[in-house]
Amino acid sequence: MATTEARPAEAEPVKPTKPKLIEGTRRRGIALHASLIAGVLLSAFPFYWAVIMSTHTSTEIFSYPPKLLPGSHFDDNVSKLFESIDFFGSMFNSLLVATTVTFLVLFFDSLAAFVFAKFQFPGRRWLFALMMAIFMVPAQLQAIPQFVIMANLGWIGSMTSLIVPAAANAFGIFWMRQYMKSAIHDELLDASKLDGAGFMRQYWHVALPVVRPGLAFLGIFTFMSQWNDYAWPLIALTNPDNVTLQVALSQLNGVHGTTDYGMVMTGAVLALVPLLIVFAIGAKQIIADLGKGAIR
Amino acid sequence: MATAPVVERPPAAVVETPPEQPKKSILSYWRLYLALSPFYLLFLAFGLIPVGFSLYLSFHRWDGLGSMEWAGLDQYKYLLSDTDFWSSIGNTIVIWALATFPMIFLAMITAVMLNSAVRFRNLYRFAYFLPNVTSVVAVAIIFGSVFSTNFGLINALLQAVGLDQVAWLNTPWGIKVAIATLMTWQWTGYNAIIFLAGLQTIPGELYEAARVDGAGPVQTFFRITLPLMRPVLLFVLVISTVTGLQSFSEPQVLLQTTANESTFSGGPDHAGRTMVLYFFQQTFDNNDFGYGAAVAWGIFLVVVLFSIINWRLVQRRDEE
Repeated sequence: MATTEARPAEAEPVKPTKPKLIEGTRRRGIALHASLIAGVLLSAFPFYWAVIMSTHTSTEIFSYPPKLLPGSHFDDNVSKLFESIDFFGSMFNSLLVATTVTFLVLFFDSLAAFVFAKFQFPGRRWLFALMMAIFMVPAQLQAIPQFVIMANLGWIGSMTSLIVPAAANAFGIFWMRQYMKSAIHDELLDASKLDGAGFMRQYWHVALPVVRPGLAFLGIFTFMSQWNDYAWPLIALTNPDNVTLQVALSQLNGVHGTTDYGMVMTGAVLALVPLLIVFAIGAKQIIADLGKGAIR
Repeated sequence: MATAPVVERPPAAVVETPPEQPKKSILSYWRLYLALSPFYLLFLAFGLIPVGFSLYLSFHRWDGLGSMEWAGLDQYKYLLSDTDFWSSIGNTIVIWALATFPMIFLAMITAVMLNSAVRFRNLYRFAYFLPNVTSVVAVAIIFGSVFSTNFGLINALLQAVGLDQVAWLNTPWGIKVAIATLMTWQWTGYNAIIFLAGLQTIPGELYEAARVDGAGPVQTFFRITLPLMRPVLLFVLVISTVTGLQSFSEPQVLLQTTANESTFSGGPDHAGRTMVLYFFQQTFDNNDFGYGAAVAWGIFLVVVLFSIINWRLVQRRDEE
């Protein structure tokens, strides 16, 4: 039915219909972008509101109607924040953990991925299956024994307890293996082997340069998830004066969350800054690769 | 640089390799095993042994300090009759459902819109992904203020249109709605981007053909888009189930200021106490390591069960 309707319209002189058609698509385009922008505003609004609150005193925040424009107390809130928690100390801890873990993960995961992607050896399939099984194990099953092991090693309370168990992971190996399988050509490896390159030289000089984009994704992803990690640090960092930024923020919220909202919000806003910088740098890579990973 | 010698050497290489192959002992692969060893050592120490130890612990009574005491199946028997555990399962599922279904619905709509919007698509994707990269702690603090009874934005809006205010973080349903809203806000954009990647694999000719056949946008969505998106939908559903059923940070941070006895208690009437919060409370507040281990296995079972149900639901529609 629709086809019979459409055909004459196309066959008729186009003048009367064409402007209408364009107007129709344009109107639909405007509606589309309007709804998409509404979604963007919903995504962005909590950030905006947090920034607004960080510029107000508690009395201003508690008054009605709510403040929707910036106030003038940001610097007061910042100085109160720095008095309440060791902001830069915990930020240093977070940076230390996230950076160290990122480099360790990039090295160990890409090395193991290279082996799985390009070599044959006894036990290969068995080892790979074992690795995939770890995806299924929820963190709670590991939490108590990890805590006990760490306590016996004397690592509880120090950043070591966060860095060591995170230094290599199944997700990264799986991801890099998929990437390396297609990105590194066997001819390239054969050629380097004939050149006399050993395993490590093949890894470092042939494999790594080719998979740089994959490493970028894994690196940014690891950094962000380490920076945001909360449950395990909350348990493992038993000394309240030596914690990561997320734990410090949570302490701040627990102590001042009902009284000094402006200051707590300032902490939340400032803690987001390093992460947003990393995200802005790597957003394109992250967003593109995330989709690829899901439809593979 | 690497290509030049290849041309000269192949004959030598061909002669060299074949006789070597069958004799290779397992030791000759030591470099490969060494390269794999960091992951497997960590996996052994912080993955496999802990899981085994968890099982062992769940058959014992232990406060983490004194000596372990054999308990047989007592911990599991208690788990089955523990109303607090069952109510935490209920809380978790209600929060998960309140978050997941609106999220998948909104994400799908967003993805379809993004797919037809060619201009500014990257900008939109960036903005929609932003909530997902921010830390749960910061987000929970911000949402705590959105839902605050005294000065929260939502209550201000309710007041503005003349409705009664709601003590969101003090009533059982308010708590669940607040947690679910937080999760929906944080994960809709992430899932929309995954859906979008799936949509982009559907060939344009299919839509063209549907349009020629006179199918409207709604019909096209249900007849073409949705069936072809099933694998991606399954992926999103399973991931949302596994992460959603193990929610911890959201309720913990959001409700820590309204908690009376412990920061893991899940707010007034324990209405926001999820399974994992309950696990933390039993283990690290009560120092009941044996029972904590049994709770952890209970959580594992619930998550596995739910994943299977999800899988079946999506698969069965496939057969029709």
